[in-house]
Amino acid sequence: MSEEQVQLFINDREVHASKGAMLIEVADRHDIRIPRFCYHKNLSVAANCRMCMVEVEKAPKPLPACATPVAEGMRVYTHSPAALDAQKSTMEFLLINHPLDCPVCDQGGECELQDTAMGYGEDVSRYTERKRVVADKDLGPLVSTDMTRCIHCTRCVRFGSEVAGIRELGATGRGEFMEIGTYVERALTSELSGNVIDVCPVGALNAKPSRMRARSWEMLQHAGLAPHDGVGSNIYMHVLRNTVVRVVPRENDELNETWIPDRDRFSYEGLHTPDRATEPLVRGAHKWEASSWPASLKQVAQKIRQFRPEEVGVMAAPHSTLEELYLLQKLFRGLGIQNIDHRVRQADFTDQEYMPLFPNLGQSIESVEQNDAVFLIGCDIRLEQPMLAHRIRKASARGCQVIALNSRDLDFLFAGQVTWNQAPQAWLHALAEIVKCIPDNDLKDLPHELREIVEQASPSMYAQHFYELLSQAGTSTVFLGAMLETHPQASALRALGAFLARHTGANLGILPQAGNTAGAWLCGMLPHRLAGGAPNPDAGLNVTEMLAGPCKAFVLFNLEPEFDFASAPGALKAMQDAEFVVIFTPYLSESMRGYADVILPIATFAETRGTYVNAEGRWQTADPAINPPGQARPAWRILRVLGEHFGLEGFAHESCQQVLDEIKAQTGEATGFEGRLHESKAVNVQATADGMYRVSATPMYAVDNVVRRADSLQQTPFERSPGVAMCERQARELGVLDEDEVRIVQDGRPKVLRLELDPDLPMGCVWVQRSARHVDVLGDAIAPVEVQRLRLDHD
Amino acid sequence: MLKRIRNLVRSFTLSELLRGMSLTGRRFGSKKLTVRYPEEKTPQSPRFRGLHALRRYPSGEERCIGCKLCEAVCPALAITIDTEEREDGSRRTTRYDIDLFKCVYCGFCEEACPVDAIVETRVFEYSFFERGQQVMTKDMLLEVGAKHEDQIASDREASIFD
Repeated sequence: MSEEQVQLFINDREVHASKGAMLIEVADRHDIRIPRFCYHKNLSVAANCRMCMVEVEKAPKPLPACATPVAEGMRVYTHSPAALDAQKSTMEFLLINHPLDCPVCDQGGECELQDTAMGYGEDVSRYTERKRVVADKDLGPLVSTDMTRCIHCTRCVRFGSEVAGIRELGATGRGEFMEIGTYVERALTSELSGNVIDVCPVGALNAKPSRMRARSWEMLQHAGLAPHDGVGSNIYMHVLRNTVVRVVPRENDELNETWIPDRDRFSYEGLHTPDRATEPLVRGAHKWEASSWPASLKQVAQKIRQFRPEEVGVMAAPHSTLEELYLLQKLFRGLGIQNIDHRVRQADFTDQEYMPLFPNLGQSIESVEQNDAVFLIGCDIRLEQPMLAHRIRKASARGCQVIALNSRDLDFLFAGQVTWNQAPQAWLHALAEIVKCIPDNDLKDLPHELREIVEQASPSMYAQHFYELLSQAGTSTVFLGAMLETHPQASALRALGAFLARHTGANLGILPQAGNTAGAWLCGMLPHRLAGGAPNPDAGLNVTEMLAGPCKAFVLFNLEPEFDFASAPGALKAMQDAEFVVIFTPYLSESMRGYADVILPIATFAETRGTYVNAEGRWQTADPAINPPGQARPAWRILRVLGEHFGLEGFAHESCQQVLDEIKAQTGEATGFEGRLHESKAVNVQATADGMYRVSATPMYAVDNVVRRADSLQQTPFERSPGVAMCERQARELGVLDEDEVRIVQDGRPKVLRLELDPDLPMGCVWVQRSARHVDVLGDAIAPVEVQRLRLDHD
Repeated sequence: MLKRIRNLVRSFTLSELLRGMSLTGRRFGSKKLTVRYPEEKTPQSPRFRGLHALRRYPSGEERCIGCKLCEAVCPALAITIDTEEREDGSRRTTRYDIDLFKCVYCGFCEEACPVDAIVETRVFEYSFFERGQQVMTKDMLLEVGAKHEDQIASDREASIFD
């Protein structure tokens, strides 16, 4: 350590610490317990609870340990009579207004105030006046409040302004009249809002979905992983009688620190829904029949064999575990089937040969906060990867400049963020303008289609500004997001993005969207690559090609065609036209009963052991927290037995660990993290229509089948009903008014939607709001559309 | 030596036998202590720990707030509770089961209860004829409480210290 060290004594014990560290940090590191309420290691120091008073030699009065920097030769006593006296007095004051409702408080048993009162409180209160009562606030569907219990530590306020980036909670009034609230009553709108539940040292802020469901001591804590984004946040699932009652963060400074996004915290609600599949179902002559595992697997094996290998398509959700995906591709590759894919939301596959081993950040998650400039292309980072957005927010607080190329001026809550707001058909030209700014530009690496576009581009002010920022920043990253992935010209955008990154010295970060997208690439859940990234000499079809026609039989794994695919109508039609569809799914739905022939119930992420590979290439394994319902089984077991039904070799695994060992043996020496996107020759620059484009993003709480069923998340302001938005000028041009109903026609499919004016949108595109509960019947997320006015009697 | 002589004298004079028989003689004529159960019953302490009951307030509102302290303290794990937030925002049980086969009648549950909701009554005569009947549900417990509320209330009064 280069920092200057000082020597001090805490309770006569010699300790060393770096200069400037606060006493409480040093004491914590040496397991010397100092009581505290307002201090939190990941928040700023407020020193307003006065609980951490300690005696410091030569100081006239006790000092707060959280706000006292260590100094050479300091002698500190944390439990001397003077310190204890100060602490007990503070405790007495705090308990004056705190209600005695511990038996009905959800925090009871894990409450910092309760614990501290055991050590520092008196048995009998000397206070005989009336206690104060504070009206509860309604903070939305996730956080419940009992504001009378609040001790005004302001941790939640500091969390909002320092971590979440929105000052949603604040204190009004002073002294006796101080209250924590949102000023004007409204729901919290931060995607990290659930963390105020954890930082609250008392029971003032609690989780609403699990309110009064269980007490802290009766739940079993199971370490787990959140599979909803590429970070792989570490979580603890708290289980009461085989039911996950709540989820809290598991501290991991390299990934999620002490926080988790609301999506990871409340998605557990989707685990216990009435539509869980509990037994294998087989389509009979007239109705669905419950079947046994051996019989249903036998039928699958028989039926699949009736098709030629090129007639079968296998598609899996990228939030499945590595073991499941590996066995799935091994099983069907064993049958000669090569149409295997997991890129269900992707629109353009042209450049798949040039992709890296798996989409990755090009850096560790921790080092994202070291960036000096970040360029987001087609990326709503806050909703896609909330913990990465948090890292970038930390960087931006240090002075990192965040720039974005999007079709909507999205508020990422970063300081000084600049968005270049362009309709999707203009993205390619926008990127070309930036690339054009590169001096001594050697464009020969670019394929000629792109070279032409770049040569014709004349850099705008935005382009020059973006280029200067990226080239002058010490460390910078170009992130390619989910909206780019759904773009019809994604390959060209990726090539230009990678080219730009290479020529400005920036890292290239391709954000893997689901919890195991990276793992799916690694283990060969792809038509063109085998496990470990080896090229497949006999490459099969990608998702779009499979859905477009030649496949007569489909194997769907953990997917729901109406929500998980780039284009819902296309996917649904392919399923309905198929002769045989077998679905591995944890959930039943009406539409599934319509097109499927065999439904096999599988376990969710909380019910199976499994490995996930995150955006930085970290392999993490978690054990199950609960048992799957009914006859549902962990999918790796089902696939293993199915492998034996097919009479294939190499399906004799006895444990999940053996599967993992096999994967590790195959991917061990895999290289190619960087990829060759910057020299990609396969690009798709298909002429874009001059007309109107639609843009959509998968809503944060609609990314996978578990989250879509989490009721409380669906009630947050993030989940919006379907609609269409455009800017005022665009609306005037089209002759439509705010709140009008307009008809959107995409590929001949019409849909009437209510219009909302939105100044954040550029000309040339409309925003079609997707929803977790409504099927997007129009199709692809970014595609040309026609907007027709319905009412003719305006002017 | 002296001890042996004393023992000899005792055995020949039958003093121990006579002492025993004198107690028998005294009891022979006195009032009998055995009770003719079930016609007669022995007196019970107000702290008698018999069948469990859940109490209500005089207003009719159930006392139990679902804090689960009884469930936590129960050494036999005989109590199972599920809770939820009732419409009025208060914490209430949706399920309160006591397995009387598991229960050891230690009385910890009444001791742990912060609102005197779960109590053990003086009722001790009950039986089950089928497996499964031994699980007292919330409704059954509330019924016991309603039936014996007067006795329960006066017993709580009588057993208060200080």
